[in-house]
Amino acid sequence: MRIYLAKRILLIVPTMLGVASLVFVIMRVIPGDVALLILGGDQAGNIDREQLTAMHRQLGLDQPWLVQYGTWLWGLLRFDFGNSLWTGQPVVQELLIRLPLSLELAFLATGVSVLIAIPLGMLAAARQDTWVDYVVRVVSIGGLAIPSFWVGILVILLLVIYFGWGPPLEFTPPWVDPWANFQQMVWPVITVGYRYAAVTTRMTRSTVLEVLREDYIRTAWAKGLAERVIVIRHALKNAMLPVITLIGTEFAFLIGGLVVTETVFTLNGVGRFVVDAVAHRDYPVVQALVFVIALGFVIVNLLIDLTYAWFDPRIRYR
Amino acid sequence: MSVQYPLVHVTASESLAPRLTFGEQVVKFIRTKPLGAAGALVVLGMLFVAVFAAALTRYDPYQGDYSLQFARPSAEHWLGTDEFGRDLLTRIMYGARIALFVGFTASFSGCTLGALLGVLSAYWGGKVDLLLERLMDILLAFPQLILALAIASILGPAVQNVVVAIAIPVIPRVARVVRATALSVKEHQYVEAVQALGASRRRVVLRHIIPNIMAPYLIMLTAQLGAAILAEAALSYLGLGTAEPTPSWGLMLSGSASSYAEKAPWIALFPGIAISLGVFGFNLFGDSLRDALDPKLRRG
Repeated sequence: MRIYLAKRILLIVPTMLGVASLVFVIMRVIPGDVALLILGGDQAGNIDREQLTAMHRQLGLDQPWLVQYGTWLWGLLRFDFGNSLWTGQPVVQELLIRLPLSLELAFLATGVSVLIAIPLGMLAAARQDTWVDYVVRVVSIGGLAIPSFWVGILVILLLVIYFGWGPPLEFTPPWVDPWANFQQMVWPVITVGYRYAAVTTRMTRSTVLEVLREDYIRTAWAKGLAERVIVIRHALKNAMLPVITLIGTEFAFLIGGLVVTETVFTLNGVGRFVVDAVAHRDYPVVQALVFVIALGFVIVNLLIDLTYAWFDPRIRYR
Repeated sequence: MSVQYPLVHVTASESLAPRLTFGEQVVKFIRTKPLGAAGALVVLGMLFVAVFAAALTRYDPYQGDYSLQFARPSAEHWLGTDEFGRDLLTRIMYGARIALFVGFTASFSGCTLGALLGVLSAYWGGKVDLLLERLMDILLAFPQLILALAIASILGPAVQNVVVAIAIPVIPRVARVVRATALSVKEHQYVEAVQALGASRRRVVLRHIIPNIMAPYLIMLTAQLGAAILAEAALSYLGLGTAEPTPSWGLMLSGSASSYAEKAPWIALFPGIAISLGVFGFNLFGDSLRDALDPKLRRG
């Protein structure tokens, strides 16, 4: 177990180095010049050459790529992501302003949908091919089909037209005013969570279905155990592995969901921040965000792999 | 002299009794898999609309009529018109072309490349596997939407670039699954036996590994179809996919649509229904396909 853990943690290093390099290259390849954008023009002709060179020097973009790359990696080692090219503020600070909102959205959406999805998936599996199953399947396939940004648009439309409600511009943290926070977050959470719940429900249904066909389940029936005991105590625990894996891989989609949802609801979170940063060619911000998100993905998936042993004691790590 | 036997064929096939005619097969499919049949119907309908869009409508998807801005749904314009006075139904019908094109090409190229890399990784093993696996790790960890966003910004907004942007993030996901399947196939005794009999590497891959990964490949392909259509919509919505005046469903919902939504809610309503219905159809169809291909899920 210890050796396995050490191996997995060691593997994070090349992966993250790869991510750091890839995002660096991608940002340099994207056409468009930050300095031009900051000086407020797309046509190079309108801008003073000297001013442009000065801006490049000020932003540190006059240095060769290799030097910039070195600075980026050296900064990473010291958890220093540099300053935003636009605001001049440290990226970490900009990130900390927006992180609570996105984290709350992500955790609530995941938590709420898992709590709804697992019982629903179980129910559908236990009642396969009945109307219960059909309803659950249609609703969950719907969650995969309906674009979350459209759900957001519809929610806003309904709220605006029928309740005269406009989305608040300032984020209120839950520790300041829980009620205001709830009002602000409930719709985005539903928008992000529907898809998450749909995916998890489907996965739970199909794995529980598979497990219910196993011999030991037949034995449990023969012993005369109640259906509830069989499904919850015997089947569910064994069916959880793929579901948990899925929660990890869905993390990537969650980020996409955040980007879109925060754009629809004009929430000042990490997702919208990253889209704006790409559009502004704010290299340090995009690099830092991609790095942090990828690190989150890697860590979440490592933790998930480690929980396997808890769910299935037969699994031993080598 | 000219003797005709018009019934020979019919009697011949009748003697091979239990074989169902195509019509009977369709009826059986609808009976046993009503949801899958509904999905197939939606997919066929979408194909039909995409192919015959020009014949089905008399309006132009690009040319607006400013005197008809924000016209309500009426007998003339069934779904109303948008801010340029363009017929919404027409644009949605032409939009099916974009959705299907991006859906098919992106999922096909992404899944096929991923499957090839997965087989390569599993079969060659060693350093190739190690290298490819790390590369896939990096691509997996890289936030999908940001990757697509970056690719779209590098290549510029055009339909074929959206395909690339959507296909690349698919590759590592498919490669993972195919690699795992191929690895388990490789361990089967019959593959060992074939190798012992002197089969070449190429033969083992082509005749034994590839046929065995076809089921997961097809399942992922159909699953990705819907996902690709959604991804195109999301990218276009964010203003990074297709550009005006392309009649893309996602684009129709972006920027202007939500700001005019209060005045003309149909603009925000119908393209979303089109996306949902299309993806819904593909997913239902793909689900039934998976049930049919995966013997573990077959009821019995």
